[in-house]
Amino acid sequence: MKNVFASRTGMIVVGAVIGVGAALLQYFGNPPNMGICVACFERDIAGALGWHRADVVQYLRPEIMGFVLGAFVAALAAGEYRPRGGSSPLVRFFLGVFAMLGALVFLGCPWRALLRLAGGDGNAILGLLGLFFGIFIGTLFLKNGYSLGRSYAQRKASGWIFPALMIGLLLLLVFRVPFAPGGPIFFSVKGPGAQHAPLLISLIAGLVIGALAQRSRFCTMGAFRDLILIRDFHLASGVASLVVFAFAANLILGQFSPGFEGQPVAHSSFVWNFLGMTLAGLAFVLAGGCPGRQLFLSGEGDMDAAIFALGMIAGAAVAHNFAIASSPKGPAAFGPAAVIVGLIFCLVIGFTQRDKASA
Amino acid sequence: MATKRIDARGLSCPQPVVLVDRAIAAGSTDLEVLVDNEVAKENVLRLAARRGLKAEVRRDGNDIVIATTRI
Repeated sequence: MKNVFASRTGMIVVGAVIGVGAALLQYFGNPPNMGICVACFERDIAGALGWHRADVVQYLRPEIMGFVLGAFVAALAAGEYRPRGGSSPLVRFFLGVFAMLGALVFLGCPWRALLRLAGGDGNAILGLLGLFFGIFIGTLFLKNGYSLGRSYAQRKASGWIFPALMIGLLLLLVFRVPFAPGGPIFFSVKGPGAQHAPLLISLIAGLVIGALAQRSRFCTMGAFRDLILIRDFHLASGVASLVVFAFAANLILGQFSPGFEGQPVAHSSFVWNFLGMTLAGLAFVLAGGCPGRQLFLSGEGDMDAAIFALGMIAGAAVAHNFAIASSPKGPAAFGPAAVIVGLIFCLVIGFTQRDKASA
Repeated sequence: MATKRIDARGLSCPQPVVLVDRAIAAGSTDLEVLVDNEVAKENVLRLAARRGLKAEVRRDGNDIVIATTRI
């Protein structure tokens, strides 16, 4: 079967769907310049489960579940569902943890960095430059034989675990089960966590984007990486399309407001916007995908990607429990220290994880 | 020229492409690349096209074999 979404046109269409979809999700109630943010939404899920107690960012975001389940169904339908794993899972878990720490120092994943740009937030430029720099460092490791080793086929049944987890979270959201007084599950009553589009709209958007992204292999980190590594614009055309269409949709919906100060769910520390995303970008390259892509891979049976995603959710809990996640007021007390520790971790991984045969 | 065989099965993105690009840069045009998933196949085919190589794809059990030659 010919995969129409793997073409250049397909990639541009998928970027446009994500860009317009994100602007619409914001229009329907998601937080400003956060129509979709994989890092932020995983963080909200960590909060809803009570893994952190930042009461303004707790919600079981159905977009995340939709991404995994949409990719799962699309992969099954296309005969691409293939349970696999075993490529340095523990390393990937901690790459996920540190990727999240970096993303929450900036306040957003690459998708949100692009959406913030499309909403007029100038601080996103620093984040994107940092992302590019982190990815550049990562490509140097790739050129020198960096590898986390091969993955191997796993039993059919084990690939169902992550999609099943998403269905479980979805059930918790639908039924809002009160387990005991005072939680868990937690739902924000104020702040970004309280801002969300209606469940069904979020879920359908997630499913559609998950399926399209699985077919097209959309990846923001890969876009920059392939530009640097092999001068390939294929993935970049999707990213450019996302920004252009989100920008146009924001103009139409009156959601565009340019500037650096007072931007929604953002701070204007140039240095930590840059370095936070440098860390995130480096971790994404070393793990082989941006947070969104890791979810889509999880859906098609990649258990190493699922471990990375779980690492990100755990990282979100760490970020809020240990005063690492930034707030609109600026970087938190231990944000800078966490970024430095994370960069050291990633550099050690980059230098030590090498496949001698391919070096 | 002898065919160079590259086993890129189980390697995560973009390592199959990096390995193939390195082989092409080293002067090989006749490659036999072994991958085990559609994404790696698409990526290797795209690279081969960009590097001006003709590529043929065949199945070998669960694996996909991409054979490249100079056009």
